[in-house]
Amino acid sequence: MSLLDAYPLQHYLLVSAALFALGIFTLVARKNAVAMLMGVELILNSANLNFVAFSRYTVGNFSGHLFAIFVILLAAAEAAVALGIVIGIFQNYGDVDADALDGLKG
Amino acid sequence: MSPTALALVQDLRLFLPEVILVLTTLLVIVLDVTPVRKSHRALLYLTFCGLLLSGIYLLRHYVDLRESGGRASSSNVLLFGNSIALDPFAVYFKGLFLLVGLLTGVLSIRYKKLNPAGEGEYCVLLLCSTLGLFLMVGSRTLLMAYLGLELVSIPSFVLAGFQRDSRLSNEAALKYTIYGAIASGIMLYGMSLLFGLAGSLDFAAIRHALEGQTELRASPLLLSVSMLMILAGFGYKIACVPFHMWCPDVYEGAPTPITAFLSVGPKAAGFGVILRFFYQSLSTHSGGGDWTPIVDQLQWPIVLSVLSVATMTVGNLAAVAQTSLKRLMAYSSIAHAGYLLMGVVVLSKDGIFAILFYLAVYVFMNFGAFLFVVFLHDLVGSEDIEGCRGLGWRAPFPCIAMAICLFSLTGLPPLGGFIGKFYLFLGVIGRELYWLAILGVLNSVVSLVYYARVVKAMFLENIPRGEAEPLPVPFFYSAAFAVLVAPILLLGVYWAPLVKLARYSSSIFGA
Repeated sequence: MSLLDAYPLQHYLLVSAALFALGIFTLVARKNAVAMLMGVELILNSANLNFVAFSRYTVGNFSGHLFAIFVILLAAAEAAVALGIVIGIFQNYGDVDADALDGLKG
Repeated sequence: MSPTALALVQDLRLFLPEVILVLTTLLVIVLDVTPVRKSHRALLYLTFCGLLLSGIYLLRHYVDLRESGGRASSSNVLLFGNSIALDPFAVYFKGLFLLVGLLTGVLSIRYKKLNPAGEGEYCVLLLCSTLGLFLMVGSRTLLMAYLGLELVSIPSFVLAGFQRDSRLSNEAALKYTIYGAIASGIMLYGMSLLFGLAGSLDFAAIRHALEGQTELRASPLLLSVSMLMILAGFGYKIACVPFHMWCPDVYEGAPTPITAFLSVGPKAAGFGVILRFFYQSLSTHSGGGDWTPIVDQLQWPIVLSVLSVATMTVGNLAAVAQTSLKRLMAYSSIAHAGYLLMGVVVLSKDGIFAILFYLAVYVFMNFGAFLFVVFLHDLVGSEDIEGCRGLGWRAPFPCIAMAICLFSLTGLPPLGGFIGKFYLFLGVIGRELYWLAILGVLNSVVSLVYYARVVKAMFLENIPRGEAEPLPVPFFYSAAFAVLVAPILLLGVYWAPLVKLARYSSSIFGA
């Protein structure tokens, strides 16, 4: 509890904003499908951090914590499905580079 | 039993349509590993039964809501700690989703690319996705909106890539997944900011909190940012302009019945959740079925009307150059998201009503068009406009049905699509947004160019040499086309019952 009180809300928000920016950067800069999924995880966790920090500092109940738990669960489900699809891509293309996927255009 | 447990049981009784969907899903999973699945399409028909049974209970809810006096408190039943609303608005949408689920199943019956061994999984994913649509339109909190959205998304990622050995289907699935994950991530970050600003996840409580904060009303920068981020998630579901890039690729690569599902189900649910969120959280009801934005400096209707124009223009202009029917329908569905957004920006009961009415007609028009794509692939082996050449003389009935669907999508009288568009434009003109109405009409004219190109290929172009003999059309297609086209024709001349239903269902949110 004392550790929490030592830092104001702003610190948490800054860290989460930095995580969000890093996630977006990963998505834009990396072409590897697995790396892009890692970027998505960063974004989801930045939102989680926000939820928990707001819940602890300003709101004062556990609804933010609850939301974060649901997000963690869904992130796991989403990662499982996405990685399954990436395996399918690898079997068909022999590569997981997003640029290699050019069969659909127009 | 404790009072909380008792309340939960009470709520579960009002949650029966969803419970039936869950039970059907479980039953299909169990039967999938027993010998039952070897019999022809048994699991698909079981899915139909589940959807119909759910529909019966939905009808009972509708009748109950009607009898309990229309508007007042009794028709706004809130379930599970105010997180899900059971009102006529939600029931109307759920009815549409059951129809969408059934029609998707019907389209799958003759779709040859689907592996019969995966039929159980296919049905399970379809049912889960339908359940997600149900939760989306009922959601009254940010949490439920997010959960519903993901419950729609995750099964449809798999469905888009259901043909595992097809490169295009895999590519569509990966693109859909990556875009979907990014959109929901950004939406989530926006939701976390809104949660911090308003201190609650409940739509109505968010409005109360925002109304009370004077410093926030003075500088709504953070509120605008969070609103735009949340819009990214909803915009991805309805495929409106900056978030539409996935749409053509996914529609082309996914199995055709799933394309049809994606073009109607998630789009309609997206509009349901947009209406709930924007009308309940970010607007104040000013009496007489009109709303105003909650913060004067945050004129979100203007943002949405610009998006609406951009969406319909991009969709229509890009559709003109397409050669693949599925891609053409993808851009057409983007354009329709633009038309439907016009109903959101007017901030009135008439706008909600017009969206509800149009969506009902849209289900039939779009499924009719995609049934034709399945038909074309089944009998001619093509999914391109090129494959329709001269088909009008070889298989007249399906081609006439397709022409009716396309002209209705354009909005030509005397078809259902015309009436739907008429109400949408009426709402816009009622709010004196003439520029929006003019741009919408111009866009409809552009859309005639590409819809008519398909009709021209079917009826006015020469039949390729050596293929002049008539095509035997299986009874299945004749019957399915008749079922889909009849409502479009009927609604073009006798639309009063649907108007009554949609008007009743649009009286929500205390208006």
